[in-house]
Amino acid sequence: MKALRKLFDNIKPLVEEGGKFHAFRSLVDGFETFAFVPNQTSRKGCVNIHDAIDSKRIMSFVVIALLPALFFGMYNVGYQNYAAAGTLADSTFWDLFIFGFLAVLPKILVSYIVGLGIEFVVAQWKNEEIQEGFLVSGILIPMIIPVNTPLWTLALAVAFSVIIAKEIYGGTGMNIFNPALITRAFLFFSYPSVMTGDDNVWVAQESIFGFGNNLPDTFTAATPLGEAAVGNAVPCETICNAITGLIPGSIGETSVIAIALGALLLLFTGVASWKTMLSVFVGGGLMGWLLEGVGGNQLEWWHHFVLGGFAFGAVFMATDPVTSARTECGKYFYGFLIGVVAVLVRVLNPGYPEGMMLAILLMNLFAPVIDYFVVQRNITMRAKRAIKK
Amino acid sequence: MAKLIKLRKGLDVNLKGIAALETNGVKCPGEYALMPDDFTGVKPKVVVNEGDTVLAGDALFVDKQHPEVKFVSPVSGTVSLVERGDRRKLLSVRVKSDGNQQSKEFDVKGDVKTLLMESGMFAFLRQRPYDVVANPEDKPKAIFVSAFNSMPLSQNFGYVVKGQEEAFKAGIKALSTIAKVNLGINVEESATFLNDVPNCEVTIFDGPAPAGNVGVHINHVDPINKGEVVWTLGAEEVIFIGRLMQTGRVDLTRTIALAGSEVKNPSYAKMMVGQKLTTLLEGQIDSAASLRIINGNVMTGIKTTSDGYLAAHATEINVIPEGDHADEFMGWIMPRFNTFSTHRSYFSWLLGKKKEYVFDSRVKGGERHMIMSGEYDKVFPMDIYAGYLVKAIITGDIDRQEALGIYEVAPEDFAIAEFVDSSKLELQRIVREGLDILRKENA
Repeated sequence: MKALRKLFDNIKPLVEEGGKFHAFRSLVDGFETFAFVPNQTSRKGCVNIHDAIDSKRIMSFVVIALLPALFFGMYNVGYQNYAAAGTLADSTFWDLFIFGFLAVLPKILVSYIVGLGIEFVVAQWKNEEIQEGFLVSGILIPMIIPVNTPLWTLALAVAFSVIIAKEIYGGTGMNIFNPALITRAFLFFSYPSVMTGDDNVWVAQESIFGFGNNLPDTFTAATPLGEAAVGNAVPCETICNAITGLIPGSIGETSVIAIALGALLLLFTGVASWKTMLSVFVGGGLMGWLLEGVGGNQLEWWHHFVLGGFAFGAVFMATDPVTSARTECGKYFYGFLIGVVAVLVRVLNPGYPEGMMLAILLMNLFAPVIDYFVVQRNITMRAKRAIKK
Repeated sequence: MAKLIKLRKGLDVNLKGIAALETNGVKCPGEYALMPDDFTGVKPKVVVNEGDTVLAGDALFVDKQHPEVKFVSPVSGTVSLVERGDRRKLLSVRVKSDGNQQSKEFDVKGDVKTLLMESGMFAFLRQRPYDVVANPEDKPKAIFVSAFNSMPLSQNFGYVVKGQEEAFKAGIKALSTIAKVNLGINVEESATFLNDVPNCEVTIFDGPAPAGNVGVHINHVDPINKGEVVWTLGAEEVIFIGRLMQTGRVDLTRTIALAGSEVKNPSYAKMMVGQKLTTLLEGQIDSAASLRIINGNVMTGIKTTSDGYLAAHATEINVIPEGDHADEFMGWIMPRFNTFSTHRSYFSWLLGKKKEYVFDSRVKGGERHMIMSGEYDKVFPMDIYAGYLVKAIITGDIDRQEALGIYEVAPEDFAIAEFVDSSKLELQRIVREGLDILRKENA
């Protein structure tokens, strides 16, 4: 530890203004603040002591909360491949997991390298510290895309969302839309064939380093939600699998149980708002109940919670503090409307089997309006008080 | 029976080194200093020269805009230094004490306001909006006094006022001739004489910090609207006025709480405004260690040095480790059991409320944009959207600041919010600058 401290102390003069390697200031700074809590003491005229919480800690805990869903996703990638090839009985847990791990790892790497790369450059350019926001987005992105998404489209989408959805607004804390969802939306609209396409995107089709099976080119597998969208009934067995997560789908979103573990951590630490999370389920449940049986809809109201990205979106996306409503009262409306719109899109729009992404992005846009009305009530109260006097 | 107001929002942090309820004597050192920076919003004009002889109660400087508001010497002696900084900014006026306190005699029969201005007492009055020294031309709708400080390591006024009850009552009586006086007390104090001080309206506040802030009291009792002015005064400063009314002399003696984890024997000491801290701290701190000595409270006070002078409004001196060489490894993931946090990602929620924590002055994180929502509101017991107000100040939107209630707040009201902020924004500085700009615009 002392050696590390010394190393940083030696490197630092080189990257300061005028130093030989000034171009790497943000990089060194980023690594130093990760290795050591900054020794910066509070300035004159400010509060002299501080709570130990900082945005690094918060973001790290969101990443930890995502890990169960991520690891399960890796396992499920293997499971789907082996199940499709019919070799499930001859394989061990580790076969499945390692195959899934190898299939998912490149996506995580591409997401982090492209995203953090841009963040480092922007931080250097603006002479700021690296912002931790992308730590979360970077792990979220591989979890909400199908396993067969080509890496180059992923890289393009990440670059687009980090620059257009985040940095041009001023970075983490200033963005209007959730960057991870913008990445998905970019892929969804620009490369529809790799996102839903011919139903051949959901199951990994090629073996990696001897793990997994090569599936025939013509192999397809639809998600249960996709089946439901074309009017097919969803068998009870599928619903059970959807709760454990053994269904085709985007990498991290399938298991309700793994997501629930993450939700518990987020709620316990207070990183995510229970108000938002609960309201999403209330809104979605209510809308699902109203639309039961409408237009050939085969889903019962609670099926919406376990299928597709509803639970994942409610727990990890809708609760993003930056892009959600910021007033406590507004969070109820914000969450409720996400649930309503998500189910509305699912049931009534045959073009899109999944409505969660669009619902959250739509409500990201309306969150400031919701807050406006809440804050305006306080303003009106103050104005009235002045007149009454 | 006084009205009881319960406050839910806020935060009590249990810091190590609370002052024991005993008062030690402190040797009077030779030099005293009065610092204009303690009197926010004042443009000082020095009215003495180096070498002049002054009595306690003689003016050292006055406010340029209101020369009738005087800032007086706490002791008798000779003016030893008029200290100026960059661009001739007045930093302090120092007086070398002659050892036998001689005071100017004031006639207490006449108009109270004139007397207060003449004797330097008016300078301690602050006004809202803007949290600056009160303007004598205003007609305040009320004067608010908070008789308790809820911040960690703060002075216990219930202890300090013992033996000075009559002076306190006399002070309140004098103030009540200017405007209606509202006195805010806490639950413990409601069992003492403070519950029925005459000539004022008493309200009991029950809740965590910042329940003792006078701004919180104003917001709950009689909120400020645009165009209205409220004056505020520290509880010990009421005693100053009381002493003046009783004896006709200026006596700026405070009972200071010397507290903090780095103080060997945390206790109270009698000190005068402007007194040098050296004698107070002698034998009480380890001079070799890297310490932060705070003129005032750990939440709101100003960093000073061991040869600094007691600030005009300071009711305590807090000493904590500076911590600039802590080098904590991988803080973002370590359990950090001895670290306090309101956040459940640390373990202080497990260790109970009785555990005493040692804080150093590190910010413990980098400054970010406002990321989490609702953090400030949890510790901001006023009917104001603190986060939105701070944003309006940052963006310089004056109309919105007004609409969101900037006239009701002072920087100190944001101290706890600044403490818990995970984005590490310097809220008190932001609010202070916002108020200064607003005052200039509205002038």
